[in-house]
Amino acid sequence: MRRMKRSLALLLALIMVCTMFAACGKKDGQQTSATKSSDKSKKTLRIYCWNDEFQKRFETYYVPNAGTMLDGIEIEWVSTPSKDNAYQNKLDEALAGQNKASEKLDLFLIEADYALKYVNDPNAALDVKTIGLTDADLSNQYQYTKDIATDGNGALKAVSWQATPGLFVYRRSMAKEVFGTDDPVEIQKLLSDWDKFDQAAVTINEKSGGKYTMLSGYDDAYRTFSNNVASKWVDDNKKIVIDPNIQKWVEQTKNYTDKGYNAKTSLWSTEWGAGQSKTGTVFGYFYSTWGIAFTMRDYSMEVKKDDGGKYEVGNGAFGDWAVCEGPQPYYWGGTWICAANGSDNTDLVADIMKKLTCDKDVMKSITKGEDDYTNNKAAVKELIAEGYTSAFLNGQDHLTLLSAAAEKIDMSKTCPYDQGLNESFQGAFKDYFDGTVDYNTALENFYTSALKKYPALSR
Amino acid sequence: MAKSTSTKRKSVSYAKWGYIFIAPFFIAYFIFSLFPLISTFYNSFFENYRDGLTQVGPNFVGLDNYKAVLNSDFLKTLMNTLIIWFMGFIPQILLALLFALWFTDLRLRLKGTGFFKTVIYMPNIIMASSIAVLFFALFSDRGPINTILAHITNNKEYFEMQSTSIFRFFSSTGGVRGIAAFINFLMWYGNTTIILMAGIMGIDTSLYEASQIDGAKGTQTFRYVTLPLLKPILLYVLITAMIGGLQMFDIPQLLTAGSGAPNNTSKTVIMLLNEHLFSKNYGKGGAVSVILFFIAAILSFLVFLSLRDRKKSKGGD
Repeated sequence: MRRMKRSLALLLALIMVCTMFAACGKKDGQQTSATKSSDKSKKTLRIYCWNDEFQKRFETYYVPNAGTMLDGIEIEWVSTPSKDNAYQNKLDEALAGQNKASEKLDLFLIEADYALKYVNDPNAALDVKTIGLTDADLSNQYQYTKDIATDGNGALKAVSWQATPGLFVYRRSMAKEVFGTDDPVEIQKLLSDWDKFDQAAVTINEKSGGKYTMLSGYDDAYRTFSNNVASKWVDDNKKIVIDPNIQKWVEQTKNYTDKGYNAKTSLWSTEWGAGQSKTGTVFGYFYSTWGIAFTMRDYSMEVKKDDGGKYEVGNGAFGDWAVCEGPQPYYWGGTWICAANGSDNTDLVADIMKKLTCDKDVMKSITKGEDDYTNNKAAVKELIAEGYTSAFLNGQDHLTLLSAAAEKIDMSKTCPYDQGLNESFQGAFKDYFDGTVDYNTALENFYTSALKKYPALSR
Repeated sequence: MAKSTSTKRKSVSYAKWGYIFIAPFFIAYFIFSLFPLISTFYNSFFENYRDGLTQVGPNFVGLDNYKAVLNSDFLKTLMNTLIIWFMGFIPQILLALLFALWFTDLRLRLKGTGFFKTVIYMPNIIMASSIAVLFFALFSDRGPINTILAHITNNKEYFEMQSTSIFRFFSSTGGVRGIAAFINFLMWYGNTTIILMAGIMGIDTSLYEASQIDGAKGTQTFRYVTLPLLKPILLYVLITAMIGGLQMFDIPQLLTAGSGAPNNTSKTVIMLLNEHLFSKNYGKGGAVSVILFFIAAILSFLVFLSLRDRKKSKGGD
């Protein structure tokens, strides 16, 4: 009996060991075939992104126009938050393993702050012209969106569906109350340079008895300053350079904070969003066109979309907004679509690029649906000619305003390290604005944080 | 003859099976603990990071990583960690000791101790991250706590102006450290109570009876009977809490969105390690880990030694 038990145990152990080796064998087999790609991967479109903006665009504007392109294709969204370079790290990992992976990455998104990192790398993204986009397809796009996505050899690595001129979005009812008018032309006159802007902040504060604030928080005006710098964040010797214009942002924000011209919020926080609601007391936001669909539209509604609320004037602060150019031209953000090197679905990716960034009719419907400013000059022209107005901006035609601003966008001062350095700088100086540290300590904290993020840089 | 062989075989085979049964632990330990530990030491001597999509290194740099880490903000984060841990641990051990005494006191005859034991243990069941997120919302600039404070102080400005706040907890060093310490305290005092109760119940009741017959008061039995005999358990609690405290990460990370705000005063050592590893800087990350390893080892050894020595000298009297 005992002997039987023993032999049974031995048998079981042997079976276990065998299955272990069998499992190993299978894995090895997979890896050898992995250098190509699995059938499953060919039927899967893998997309790397950092929020649901593109996913919504894709589902609303590509899926209905896809024809048979998506038949039998499964779409896999891999979303990673962009804060602290988390998205870039995840993407780097996927791109580095692309040759060995059996499940290929097909499409990924990049942002203006680090676009150059992926554009200039020879192995990250494919030249869009090699996968089927032609110069004719791209002819209506803004030149700057193509310039930043073109590498040293002239290959275009990424395409965008939006142009992102910045503007100042302000609350009409508050403008009437304080300045007696909500006409964008009149308000622009009051905000046309920084001195006037500061003066307007004082007026708003005084007339409302401190209840209203010019801006929401510390980071709101940042882009307007950081896009008008004279030098890049990092020079040719990989040394961090703090531009005088960034220092101007520090001075202005400190002044606003101490005098109560902002509400001490941080970008994207709950309090920051509350300022855009019906009961919000913030006068205006430096924002780009994508901001309307991304946060403002939904924050401003009193009856939320989930509760059956509609995007219509009168629902909370919806329609209580208008835009003007503000004190300085700038841009903010912008998302580019890249075809991943090694993708096994290049035809589909090319079709997505064509439909979502080149097709005039699709671009027109994006503007109509999302108030976004699309990267297609012909579409914008036609919309203006058709008399397009935005309901969110209570009937204002913001496209005319923006098409002038879009021509002025200059992205020549961007570098691959922008996102991390911007975040570190804003984070370090939050303490200075809060009054917990002095200027030099904040600067020191910025360098410590920046060098941790980018060990290759020096101060 | 037959008898002796059978006993011999028995003992040999038992030993063999014993080793086989403990083998899985050692195999897992070598793969998942010892090997990473050694590779961490190894990595800490190399310059090894990513610059964008290009890999830099690994190049041997000797002790450069250690120098850079110690000259940067390592010591500051270590102090932060110890301060936050200490702020939470003092109330934790005191309250746990009090509860353990009450729950085990035969004369008090508390009713429903089972219920209370469950309740005080409960915060430990919830994930630290969800408690941290909850507290972040509670104590935010215009969150419920601030609203309550505004009601109590009858602060009209707060209700009229959205830009005001009664106390900006997350912009003050004491606020963030206090909240982090409080969450740690809340999560662990129940656990400590249970452990201390086990220790107290392990003490021979005849000693208490003897001291009571000799006329000792409650405080005296605590001072001269409970405390000395509880020392090994207190030592255990102290060491585990300290090592746990040095590894503090999730709560301050979530409360400050990883920034350790304000002015990095709530940035713990593991948050620093996280920052290095986020940029794939294995060299500096390794150096931080190795220093932390030695600190934990030395602290544990010191605590262990100090409590053991005192016992010896007492025995010598």
